[in-house]
Amino acid sequence: MSVGVTLATTRRILSQLRHDHRTVGLIVGVPSLLMILLRYVLDQPGMFDRVGPMLLGVFPLIIMFVVTSVGTLRERSGGTLERLMTMPLGKLDLLLGYALAFGLVSLLQVGVVLALSLTWLDLDLAGPVGVLVAAAVLCALLGVALGLLASAFARTEFQAVQLMPAFVLPQALLCGLFVPRDQMAGWLEAISAVLPLSYAVEAMQQVTQESGVTGTLLADIAVIAGCTLLALGLGAATLRRRTP
Amino acid sequence: MMNSTAADPPPTAVSVRDLRVRRGGRDVLRGIGFDVPRGSVVGLLGPSGCGKTTLIRAIVGVQIVRGGTVTVLGRPAGHPELRRLVGYATQNPAVYTDITVTENLRYFASVLGAPRGDVRRVIDEVGLGRHRDQVAATLSGGQLSRLSLAVALLGRPELLVLDEPTVGLDPLLRQELWELFGELAAGGTTLLVSSHVMDEAARCRRLLLMREGAILADDAPDALRARTGADDLEEVFLRLISQHVEAAS
Repeated sequence: MSVGVTLATTRRILSQLRHDHRTVGLIVGVPSLLMILLRYVLDQPGMFDRVGPMLLGVFPLIIMFVVTSVGTLRERSGGTLERLMTMPLGKLDLLLGYALAFGLVSLLQVGVVLALSLTWLDLDLAGPVGVLVAAAVLCALLGVALGLLASAFARTEFQAVQLMPAFVLPQALLCGLFVPRDQMAGWLEAISAVLPLSYAVEAMQQVTQESGVTGTLLADIAVIAGCTLLALGLGAATLRRRTP
Repeated sequence: MMNSTAADPPPTAVSVRDLRVRRGGRDVLRGIGFDVPRGSVVGLLGPSGCGKTTLIRAIVGVQIVRGGTVTVLGRPAGHPELRRLVGYATQNPAVYTDITVTENLRYFASVLGAPRGDVRRVIDEVGLGRHRDQVAATLSGGQLSRLSLAVALLGRPELLVLDEPTVGLDPLLRQELWELFGELAAGGTTLLVSSHVMDEAARCRRLLLMREGAILADDAPDALRARTGADDLEEVFLRLISQHVEAAS
């Protein structure tokens, strides 16, 4: 792999987004709107302080998953992936190029949503803001990596969009957002223990409730980063230079 | 190792032996073989569905093959060293339609490690100068396929494999592109160009006529005319097919 090619790929994806204002608007606008809705639906400061930060991890993951899986599917069906596979581009160059580009976009997304939450919506954080941003961006990267992997299993855009609920909704149900994980049936808790979103939500809870950086938080971050790398590796394995 | 010995390059750019490919439960290529000499323009002709695109994919090393060998510039097809030496343009323009002409070319030039000035050069070569800052989605079909061709020209590859590069172009542009192909070949580049337009065939030094996964003929246009006694290449093709069918029955 080469740093130059990875950065060129990132630049290319960012210029694709620069020409597509509506997508960028949706990436930033939709979670902002949902956050505002959530604040007024719950309408109890304590509740919003508990749930809001968790969603700050879940939104980037879901949105980046969809954007990335459709984006890579377009590379596959548009022939540009085949063209790149005949060129001196490493598979990791492409995947890391995507991860870096969407990582930067998620920084923008998380920045806007967080600014909105901390000012207008009066979100109360116990821990440092920087750690919350880092954890949210990491969640976005996990979404990118899972999206890249999922796109290998989709032949059409219809399938790619359907994969989002398949990959994400079971995790969202089990991650502790709706029911705390330790109150679930034993087998559900066991399943939730192997799903990365559970750790993302736990990390967000840690940042909200603890003032310092706890050991649990560091372990959660390590698990999310590990899952991201694993998904990227598996994604690279699904990219083939030769196809039938 | 395989150092590219510039002093003594192999005389053939592409050498195919007993190539067999199966796609979708069907034998698309049935044990074909031929050579493409260096520094020439070779036309690959045949009706839609005869296996041209599959053959091209095998030469650029993206096709899973069942058997046989494909040697490109002295290395097996798909060899990592070939990724800078072979330029490839698919039938459907494989470019990013949501960015501009220049942005597309800049990206592929960075991937290839082509010199910065290459972007300007290839834009001029395919005549897209007036459209350089236009988003690719707003180009016409012909302009889009010229952009795709321009990507293949980046980095001055030794072998250019072009799948139907002139579809949908007006006659003047087609002529200009064939002149460009001739100039490239004169400079030592080898070109394998597929087409289903017979009048383009006359411009090639050598023709490969394909039908139903097999090569019907592999010769210079004049030799084919002489062999079949027909003047028009369309007629040459027809006579070769009927000869082939008779021989088979």
